[in-house]
Amino acid sequence: MKVSLFITCLVDNFFPNVGEAMVRILHHYGVDVDLPESQTCCGQPAFNSGYVKEARAAAKTLLDAFDGADYVVSPSGSCTGMIHHYFPQLFQDHPIDSARARALVDKTFELSQFLVNILNVTDVGARFPHTVTYHPSCHGLRLLGVKDEPLQLLSHVQDLRLVPLTGANDCCGFGGTFAVKMHDISTAMVSEKADRVVESGAEVLVGTDAGCLMNIGGRLRKQGQPVRVMHLAELLWEGMQQGKVVSR
Amino acid sequence: MSTEKDAIQVTTIVDRSRLALQDDFLRGAVRFTTERLRGRKAASSEELGNWEAWRERGRQIRSHTIAHLDYYLRQFVDNVQAHGGHVYFAANAEEAAQTIVKIVEKKQAKLAVKSKSMVSEEIHINKHLQERGIEVVETDLGEYIIQLAGEMPSHIIIPAIHKTRSQIKDLFTAAGATNLTTDTKDLTAFARRALRDKFLRADVGMTGCNFAIAESGSVVLFTNEGNGRMVSTLPKTHIVTMGMERILPTFADLEVMANLLPRSATGQKLTTYMSVITGPRRAEEADGPDELHIVILDNGRSSQLGDDEFQEVLHCIRCGACLNVCPVYRHIGGHAYGSVYPGPIGAVLTPLLNQGEAYQDLPYASSLCGACYEACPVKIPLHDMLVALRRRNVEQGRTKWAERMAFQGYRMVFAKAGRYKRVMRLARKAQKPLLRQGYVESTMGPLMGWTESRHAPALAKSSFRERFQSMQQAWRRGEDGGDQV
Ligand code: SF4
Repeated sequence: MKVSLFITCLVDNFFPNVGEAMVRILHHYGVDVDLPESQTCCGQPAFNSGYVKEARAAAKTLLDAFDGADYVVSPSGSCTGMIHHYFPQLFQDHPIDSARARALVDKTFELSQFLVNILNVTDVGARFPHTVTYHPSCHGLRLLGVKDEPLQLLSHVQDLRLVPLTGANDCCGFGGTFAVKMHDISTAMVSEKADRVVESGAEVLVGTDAGCLMNIGGRLRKQGQPVRVMHLAELLWEGMQQGKVVSR
Repeated sequence: MSTEKDAIQVTTIVDRSRLALQDDFLRGAVRFTTERLRGRKAASSEELGNWEAWRERGRQIRSHTIAHLDYYLRQFVDNVQAHGGHVYFAANAEEAAQTIVKIVEKKQAKLAVKSKSMVSEEIHINKHLQERGIEVVETDLGEYIIQLAGEMPSHIIIPAIHKTRSQIKDLFTAAGATNLTTDTKDLTAFARRALRDKFLRADVGMTGCNFAIAESGSVVLFTNEGNGRMVSTLPKTHIVTMGMERILPTFADLEVMANLLPRSATGQKLTTYMSVITGPRRAEEADGPDELHIVILDNGRSSQLGDDEFQEVLHCIRCGACLNVCPVYRHIGGHAYGSVYPGPIGAVLTPLLNQGEAYQDLPYASSLCGACYEACPVKIPLHDMLVALRRRNVEQGRTKWAERMAFQGYRMVFAKAGRYKRVMRLARKAQKPLLRQGYVESTMGPLMGWTESRHAPALAKSSFRERFQSMQQAWRRGEDGGDQV
């Protein structure tokens, strides 16, 4: 099976470890991974601010990058949601690009969805002896419908203790440009989220979107809270390596 | 000279929310009540079962009605008139207010009692009547509190959501109560006594309209305190104000809404009182007004008809569920929006109804998390509409120069992978002086909005695409079997 990575601009530039973990997990399941060079960003920052032309220019790089792909997998529910929910509309006036956009929607998956629904994997054979809480990101949850997949994967990790997060489904206040443009409101939101992560008693916060994790993690760090913030791919991969040690 | 318009422009949603965020009482009260309402809604929709199917049915009914609004409005008006009611169309808030003032003055009324109605807030009817020396009394408990405080409602269902018990006690004491405690029983007993006398003396009763049934010409009111019944039956004249989109074709449609609305609003299975008013009192009837006047308000609504992107805003049944789940509303409350309708529905509806420059900043007060859409009993895609309104601001040149330039820059950089890579490489070098242990912590500079409350991660030493290349090279050489678990 061949998968093309849609790495997203945040992971590409800020969190390469997430990308690496993702590639290694996919490799482990015998998937051939490539990274089409011409991709940049899904266009969401511009699109959500109302700059459609600007968004389209970036989004087009994804159409070009993934024309030949069988599957496209991304570490972000939000960026995958952008493709699913808005690409057909973004390219609706262009007959060829709109067909390409619809084709892209059909083959693009967020990582946990791909693992659970396409590869039919729920137990990656990982061991992660820590207390963990999970923040479901809004766009993954609501635009894309990523609900149980991350939890299914986490529930099979050995020795992982998953603790509930109060108000888990409430937005963390990232919202892209919202975090800067409306920073007072965003701060109120992320403070509450970070407080709740701390209250949960978890050592590790896990999520499926780098943007939200950067936001909550940045707040926790500013407050000197020793909670480790990890993307699901990082947690699974780290756990898979530990699982290996134990099973030998 | 400063006009009202200037005043609106000097305070923005940013200024107003900053003030609200400093008010711990307000935030505590709003958090407490919205959470309770959310919990109740979840329980009562669960108990009904098949909630998604109910929502879809609700959406279909509203969609069909609004698509054929001209037809159903006509039918409604004909039926009202056949039952002896009077109907007026008002193009805008001013016209609606003038129409009502005329009716009230013709009756030589001194005292008008009102039940809760958001449309009456929209046309600022209290102000108009009071300016002419007519006493207006709000009889919904929440509205009564707000009226005593001289404020606007801060929630479309729970107008006084931002008030604490002890603030309410103080307001009632100032209004003449003695020996009050903060006990609910005590507080409501005072309001009941104070209002009873007003009901009996009022010349005019004013209500809104939750739904208007086209097939019968009936006005349907959902209330919880019974005040709606007093207002619509005791005074000799009853004036209804309704938005032109309040129509439902039939009573069968009302059944669906009677399930959706109370559950979404307060988590009740049914509203305590559902009143169906068809025409004024008939000769053989004991209660009811002698005259029934219905003022149907447009005020920017008809401009949404036929607009692919925004027509659905007219589907709204004003349940307030989107406010209760909104994380922005949760932290800033309703007044920070500065508009009659707050929360996500307000952030969409207000700039649409006010075509001018005012309130065009409201659509930015959202992280686009989509909780509003998920909660909406008639599935209005508010999150998409917020984006569409931002786009409209860009198209109409309302955004700041610096922002436009920033997105021009974004386009230049992100349209071509080669350029994107070069710019990122430069940025990695440029960030060095700012970094401490891999983070930007400084609260100065362009990232200030972010770093005031959060540390920002550094651009990684090498990008993922660079790392992927070296991973591939290693694989080709047969090294780095890290994936072989
Ligand atoms: S938009 Fe939907 S959720 Fe919000 S008040 Fe209207 S009907 Fe209720």
